[in-house]
Amino acid sequence: MTFEASFSGIGRLDRLSYRDTAVHRLDPRAKVVATMLYVVAVISFPKYEVLSLLPFFLFPVLMAALGDIPAGFIARKVVAVSPFAVFVGMFNPLFDPGTVAIAPGVSVSAGWVSFASILVKFALTISAALLLIATTSFPGICRAFRRLGMPALFVSQLLFLYRYLFVLMEETMRVVRARDLRSFGRRGTGVRVFVRIVATLFLRTVERAERIYGAMLARGFRGEVPSMRREALGPSDAVFVLAAASFFALCRLVPVPETIGRLVRGFTG
Amino acid sequence: MSHHLLEFNDVRFRYPDGTEALRGVSFRITHGESVGIVGANGAGKSTLLLHMNGYLLPTAGFVTVGEVPLRKETRPEIRRKVGVVFQNPDDQLFMPTVFDDVAFGPLNLGMPPDRVRERVREALYRVNALTLADKPPHRLSGGQKSAVAIATVIAMEPDILVMDEPAASLDPKSRRAVIGLLNTFAHSKIVASHDLDLILDVCARCLVIRDGAIVADGPSARILSDATLLAENNLELPLTLQGRPAMGGNAPMSAPRS
Repeated sequence: MTFEASFSGIGRLDRLSYRDTAVHRLDPRAKVVATMLYVVAVISFPKYEVLSLLPFFLFPVLMAALGDIPAGFIARKVVAVSPFAVFVGMFNPLFDPGTVAIAPGVSVSAGWVSFASILVKFALTISAALLLIATTSFPGICRAFRRLGMPALFVSQLLFLYRYLFVLMEETMRVVRARDLRSFGRRGTGVRVFVRIVATLFLRTVERAERIYGAMLARGFRGEVPSMRREALGPSDAVFVLAAASFFALCRLVPVPETIGRLVRGFTG
Repeated sequence: MSHHLLEFNDVRFRYPDGTEALRGVSFRITHGESVGIVGANGAGKSTLLLHMNGYLLPTAGFVTVGEVPLRKETRPEIRRKVGVVFQNPDDQLFMPTVFDDVAFGPLNLGMPPDRVRERVREALYRVNALTLADKPPHRLSGGQKSAVAIATVIAMEPDILVMDEPAASLDPKSRRAVIGLLNTFAHSKIVASHDLDLILDVCARCLVIRDGAIVADGPSARILSDATLLAENNLELPLTLQGRPAMGGNAPMSAPRS
C-alpha cells in the first residue's frame, strides 16, 4: 500500500467519526464501556469455541448499520491487519493434533478449531474497535478515557498524537513526493535515502514541538492541559449500555446457536 | 492607560550558539498604537517578538509591559497582558478541536467554565468562525486556521496583540478578511510581516529592524514610501505605492475597468 493510500484511509476513518447518527450521538463513555465489555466477553471464550462466538457478530453489524458506516471499508481494514492473527494461530493445526466435537456427531482437528477461534475473535474485536473509532470522534474517546480514570498525562499524549498525526503525515507526503519526482523510479528509493528522510522528519518534528510548546506557554500553560466537561450521560446512553451488556452476558453464558438448534429440533422433531 | 504600554530599553539578546540577534533595541509603544515591524529575513524580527511575552529573556537591557518589568517570575503576568499569534497556525492550534483550542487560554487563566464558554463564543464570533467550534483543526482551510489562531489569543483579552506574519500563505480574499479583522481591534497591535501592504493598511507606525537594531521608526506612510531605505533592507515599495502604469496603454482589455 502506498503512503498516500494509507493516509487517506486514516483520514476517512476520522471523517466518518464526525457524522451525525444515533450511534454517533451516544456519549463516548457509553460506547467505550460497551466496546470494552464486548472485547472482554469475546476473548473470555475457551480456545475451542467457534459457534458460540457467532452471535457476537450482531454487535458490529448493528453499530455499522445504525452508524451509517460502510461495512466494506471496515472489512478491508480488518483484512489489512489480519496477518498478525494469522501468524499467532498458524502453527496451532500442527501442534494440536487432537480432535474435538464441534457439533453432536461432528468432530474435527483441534488445531484447526483453535485457529478458527483465534481468527473469529480477532475479526470481532478489531471490527468493534474500528467501529468505536468510526462512530466516536477521537477527542471524544480521549475525554471518555479521562473520565473513566485514565491519567491526564496519557490522555494529553493521545490528544497530541491525534492532532499532529495529520500534520506529520502531510509533511511526510510532501517529502516522499519530492523524492519520487527526482528518483525516476529507481535510485533514491533505497534504505539510505529512507533513513535520511526519517531523520529530516524527526528534526522537523523536534523543531515544531518547540514552537508548539512556545505557543502553549504564551497561553498560560503550566503543566496540565485543561479540559471542559461537555457530555452528559442521558437515558439513551444508559439503555444502550444496559442492552449491550445484557446481550453480551446472554451470548457468553448461554450457547445461543446450540439452543436455537435444539429449539428448532424441538419444534420439528 | 499606562498598562497598555510596551517598552524596550536597550535590549540585547545572544542565542546560546553566540549569534547576537538583538543589539540594543529601544522603543516605546503606547496605548492603542498599531505598529508594524519590518526587515529582511534574519534581521531579528522573530527574536524581538519572542521577547514581548517573555518566551526569551533579554541578555541585557529591560522589557517593560505596563508597569511590570519582564523577569522570569513575572512571565505569567506578562503573558496575560501580551497575546502572541505565531506565524504557523498549525503550531498555534494544538488542541483536538477548535473549541478546546480557544478555551485553552481562558481555562489556564482559571476562569469558571461558564465564563470560558462565553469567551470562546465571543472570540469565535469576532473572527467569524463560530460554526467551526467542533471541527478538528486539520479539517480547516488556511484562512480558517488563521482566523481561529487569532481567536485563541483574543479569547484571553490581552492588552497588547502581537502577530507574526498574520496573513502569510493566505489567498487574497482570506488575507483581506484578516486585515479587516485586525482593523476592528482597539488593542495595541504589533505586526511583524513582509507584507508591506498589510502593514500600510493596519499600522500607523512602522519600525525597520536590521542586524538586530532599529534603523528607522516613524509613520508607516513615510517609512514605507522611502524606496532607498526599503531597498537597503531587502524590501521594496508596497505594491499599492508602486504606481505601475495602467495595463495595456492603447490595447483594449477584456476585463471591464472599474
